Amino acid sequence: MIQQIIEGPLWYLSLAVFCIGVVWRLGSIIFASRKQDLSAPRGSAAPGAIRTVFSRFLPHREIASQITLPVVAGYMFHLGLFALLFFAAPHVIFIEEHLLGIGWTPMPHWAFIVAAQFAFFGLIVLWLRRMVSPVGRLISTLDDHVSAILTFVVMLTGCFALLEGSTGLRLLHRFTVELWLIYFPFSALMHTFTFVPSRAFTGAWFGRRGIDA
Amino acid sequence: MSERLEIGLETLRNEMDSKVQSFFSSCVRCGICAEACLFYTETQDPRYTPIYKTEPLRKLWQKEYSFWGKLSKAMGISKPMTEADLADWEELVYDGCSMCGRCSMVCPVGVDISGIIFKVKHGLAKAGFSPEGLVGATKRAVEIGSPMGITLPTVQAMIKHVEADTGLKVPMDVEGADYMALLSSNEIALYPEYLESLVKIFDHAGVSWTLSSHAFEATNAGLQLGDKKIAGQLVQRVVDGAEKLKVKNVISPECGHAYTALRWEGPNFIGKAYPFRVVHILELLDELKAEGRLNTTGLESDRLTFHDPCSIVRRGGVNAQPRNLLGAISADFVEMEDHGSMNWCCGGGGGVSSNERAHELKLTAFNKKKSQVLATGAVGLVTACSNCRTTLEEGVEENEMEVEVLGLTEMIAAHLAEKPASTQNA
Repeated sequence: MIQQIIEGPLWYLSLAVFCIGVVWRLGSIIFASRKQDLSAPRGSAAPGAIRTVFSRFLPHREIASQITLPVVAGYMFHLGLFALLFFAAPHVIFIEEHLLGIGWTPMPHWAFIVAAQFAFFGLIVLWLRRMVSPVGRLISTLDDHVSAILTFVVMLTGCFALLEGSTGLRLLHRFTVELWLIYFPFSALMHTFTFVPSRAFTGAWFGRRGIDA
Repeated sequence: MSERLEIGLETLRNEMDSKVQSFFSSCVRCGICAEACLFYTETQDPRYTPIYKTEPLRKLWQKEYSFWGKLSKAMGISKPMTEADLADWEELVYDGCSMCGRCSMVCPVGVDISGIIFKVKHGLAKAGFSPEGLVGATKRAVEIGSPMGITLPTVQAMIKHVEADTGLKVPMDVEGADYMALLSSNEIALYPEYLESLVKIFDHAGVSWTLSSHAFEATNAGLQLGDKKIAGQLVQRVVDGAEKLKVKNVISPECGHAYTALRWEGPNFIGKAYPFRVVHILELLDELKAEGRLNTTGLESDRLTFHDPCSIVRRGGVNAQPRNLLGAISADFVEMEDHGSMNWCCGGGGGVSSNERAHELKLTAFNKKKSQVLATGAVGLVTACSNCRTTLEEGVEENEMEVEVLGLTEMIAAHLAEKPASTQNA
């Protein structure tokens, strides 16, 4: 019964909430009011927007040494999670069988272990920093903690699910993923998508003024 | 809900555009912006973390625009915002932020934090949560015409001195001139040598220019306060003056926020594009030099460094010009370690220097600039903003540094060569 719910209605519900929620959130940002800038531009907005979308993947040289820890941990977490999500063998099979109908070569087991270690290490360091540093403690919201803990739980249950003989552990992972998908559009997890318009808006602003940002 | 709170919140609601929503949806509270803010680095007080200064607007977004906020409201469990949500941020955004915009350069998700802080300031100003010093300066700007209470007769007296010292005429209200020059309050009250330099340089380069008796003041206290309506009134005064004289260009003086107000925000404040071009004095000097109309002679042998005014360089895009100009008159010019668009602020921008309450904090923030300057070994600290200049002079004095603060336009005037042949008879 529980298995049927998790693999049936709850899966479709979570997928629908995720897809509709993400589109709704992005739409509400893109179609919200925007005032036209009447000042005479010195440069072009579009190249500035495109440049900043990519340039912010690396920190400015002038500040890099002060933010080494969050940058390195951030890259470890995000790259590790991306690799696990799209190249872990069970995920590739799941995507082929249940979502896209096509698959690709999964990463080998050793790469999976490395990616998982990267993702766990990065996430734990980022969360500890949030809890330990006075700045992190002051500015963090409940949503930041829920997002981090939920992601951690999804990753942890994913590791448990590797014990392929246990249907219960696999179902537990799938259930946490469904919770994560439902929470995603209404949380800080949305930065996965909204960082693009955010960087683009700022890049366009700087671009009009002839500034590299 | 009190009337002032309602006004403040309504002002903030009107700022909730597409950009703001994308910014708050993207911020993950990583705190990296703290390391870019001199008010945080010099005090280690986490309250000065730039993104924390945007809390009034973020809180409103969370309560009224986010899913959870709307759900809480529908369930009747949402706590309304209070006056404290605005009042408690007054000190943070007015005393502890110079609007330098360094935070906006480092945010990994691209949030223009400085831009949001200005929106918060706008809400606070409208609700009446602003420092007395700035409110008084703004009142004088509207009623008298200048935040320092400077009137036309004061300017006319200065012009007489300049004409006597230079033997050159200062053109006033010349219709059809190519350029209309503006002055900041500091340049009238503290640095009359700026006008003297303009007169010499424009005579040398054969520039057709004028001052306006209607619009001589460039300082925009409305921008510093964060009140867009007043900022627009002050910009309109300049626009009226320029249109009356039918000039082709308006020259922003050595004043960072005046440049921002006129060049970039002015048309948005008044709701229409200008029929003239706004050019910063450094841009104009660089153009004249490139055209061969501005020739200099001799080189400063002392070691010089340049303090980048944030509003002119990082937020204004005038980056190469001061370096081109300094390169022409200095034999030993050295950059500070972080310079150009990643420079550190002097600590006095965004109205901080006009806010007596922020004096001690400003001096603490200056420690960053002090260490930067000392590391260069320079004995001359050149800048191109009169507001930065007063802050730097104060810091140099307070810290007993063996450094002279210099204005770039004056240095160019001091190195003028013979008039170019093309302007000999001008």
